Amino acid sequence: MTTIVQTNSPTSADAPPTTQALTVTPVRRAAATRNWALISGLIMFGFVALIGVLGPLFWNTKLARVGSGAIILPPVWLEGGQAAHPLGTDASGRDMLALIIVGIPAALEVGFIAAGIGTALSIILGFTAGFMGGVVDLVIRTLADIAVTIPVLAVLIVLSVYVRVSSVELMAFLLAAFSWPGPTRVVRSQVLTMRERGYVRMARVSGSSTFDIMFREMLPNLLPYLAASLTGAVSGSILAATGLEALGLGPSRIPTLGTNIYNAINASALSRGLWWWWGFPILTLMLIFISLFLISLGLDVIANPRRKGNST
Amino acid sequence: MRGINLQYLIKRFALFFLTIWVSATLIFIVPRLSPNDPFASMLARMEAQAGPVKDGTDLIAGWRARFGLDKPIGEQYVSYMIGLARFDFGYSLTQFPATVNSMISQSLPWTVGLVGLATLFLAVIGSLIGALLAWRGTPGMIRTLLPLSLIFTAIPFLMMAMILMYVFVFNLNWFPIVGGYNSRELTPGFTLPFIISIIYYGTLPAIAIVISSMGFWALGMRGMLITIDGEDYMTLARAKGLRGTRIFWQYGIRNALLPQITALALALGGIIGGNILVEYLFGYPGLGFLLYQAIINSDYTVIQGVVFLLIVLTALTILILDLIYPLIDPRINYRNA
Repeated sequence: MTTIVQTNSPTSADAPPTTQALTVTPVRRAAATRNWALISGLIMFGFVALIGVLGPLFWNTKLARVGSGAIILPPVWLEGGQAAHPLGTDASGRDMLALIIVGIPAALEVGFIAAGIGTALSIILGFTAGFMGGVVDLVIRTLADIAVTIPVLAVLIVLSVYVRVSSVELMAFLLAAFSWPGPTRVVRSQVLTMRERGYVRMARVSGSSTFDIMFREMLPNLLPYLAASLTGAVSGSILAATGLEALGLGPSRIPTLGTNIYNAINASALSRGLWWWWGFPILTLMLIFISLFLISLGLDVIANPRRKGNST
Repeated sequence: MRGINLQYLIKRFALFFLTIWVSATLIFIVPRLSPNDPFASMLARMEAQAGPVKDGTDLIAGWRARFGLDKPIGEQYVSYMIGLARFDFGYSLTQFPATVNSMISQSLPWTVGLVGLATLFLAVIGSLIGALLAWRGTPGMIRTLLPLSLIFTAIPFLMMAMILMYVFVFNLNWFPIVGGYNSRELTPGFTLPFIISIIYYGTLPAIAIVISSMGFWALGMRGMLITIDGEDYMTLARAKGLRGTRIFWQYGIRNALLPQITALALALGGIIGGNILVEYLFGYPGLGFLLYQAIINSDYTVIQGVVFLLIVLTALTILILDLIYPLIDPRINYRNA
């Protein structure tokens, strides 16, 4: 019985990734334990994403504009709240629920675009460095080492002060510039290891082009790591974007979650007890981060199954 | 030194200086890309406050000459680099005639103290928790700490800080709102009340940083110890009949600590970034807060100086960690790198 075996981790010993000719033992999933981390993470993330995507269908997002309602209304379950603004309003009269519904897609957009570009870049650069070696490798490696050392937020602050960010996409591009170094190094070292493996040599001997080798033999091996690293990159990008927004350097056209926090801090919402102003954006962001974290934990378990049985 | 040869040392230092040079150039280029002229905006600010300024254009031209912005770019670059090498960041644009250096030297000790102490706590407490979780003899109740601290990890500093602030400062009134010390009643000096005040004001920011990052440390430590537990030398140690605590500390922890140090080096950039936000929120008078003020006031020279300093400090710390590593772990040998 031949089966396609999923390689456990890029560093595992000798299992070939895809082969039709060998007989291999099928991978057995540990019977009783489900991947709770992955499942709960996906559910949580789906919940948040759903609010962002379906929200505009059920709630009037124009309420996110200034002056949509009376200012500083508490949520509906507190005294003074109105049903028209279930989560309250801020000091400019914007409805909190609408702000969150608008803010979630903005945050997710930044995260995914930045992480997507960053990961794509790291694949390209990592493979190039690993395959070509020599000067190209040295240059890419040195650039990555330099970029890893620099504290990202500090440089982003300098950039954002001068290049006043106006749109979510622009911010995503800025962030992408900083998320490629880490994965690049890992991809590169994996490529270097895989280059000498039996199946790659076999592929070369049988005349596959470099492209073929890269995409059909090596890339599938890297997928578990890349998935986990993509999740981490999304999380990191949203974090950096929120940090910038909280300092007031965010996109000026859209009210993002971080910008809400900035407004709240500036208006001393903390001391005025207007917890719903910053509380709901923070709650939303927390859900996003925790869910992404759980997803990456879950993906990690898939990538390294031998760790699963280790909870003493 | 054990494990390092001259060639590696040279390469490592070369990387260090290269990093600094690239960062400095970046910081030099970016402001000049923007169409905003800092002096024009200063003038606009003055006009907004007090009405039209007489001879406004002459003023701008004078400032430009004073700050050397009318010379060709090549010359500016060279004098900028020379200034940086001497750590002369020039004058603050908005707090003129204060020099950037004076402003930085006032804020630096606070940040170093906060980040240093917080990271130390973090390392110690996080490792202890992680170690306890991995060791078999720990009661189940402590075990539930892991998922809890992990969840805290996923929450960024800023949010943790805001929640802490809301609960402890405004609702419970346990901790003070703003500042590094009780500036109304105390003057700086090595007196006991002052030191106690510093600790009092610094606790909440430090806790914010520690709680947020603790989970990762605990998880990493636990993972490492679990892996180490299966190693042959551990089995041998037990077979030899060594005391449990000795096995724990000298065999277990000592080996598990090494990847943690690497992780620390890599996380440093993030800690600095988070620190900026924490200081901003708590009004803690460190570098982060200074940076934030400079951003609001468009004080470009201060921004450049602070960011450059942060980059240098981060790069330096990582360099030191890299060099210490072979000393701690005799297995690491850079000679063949």
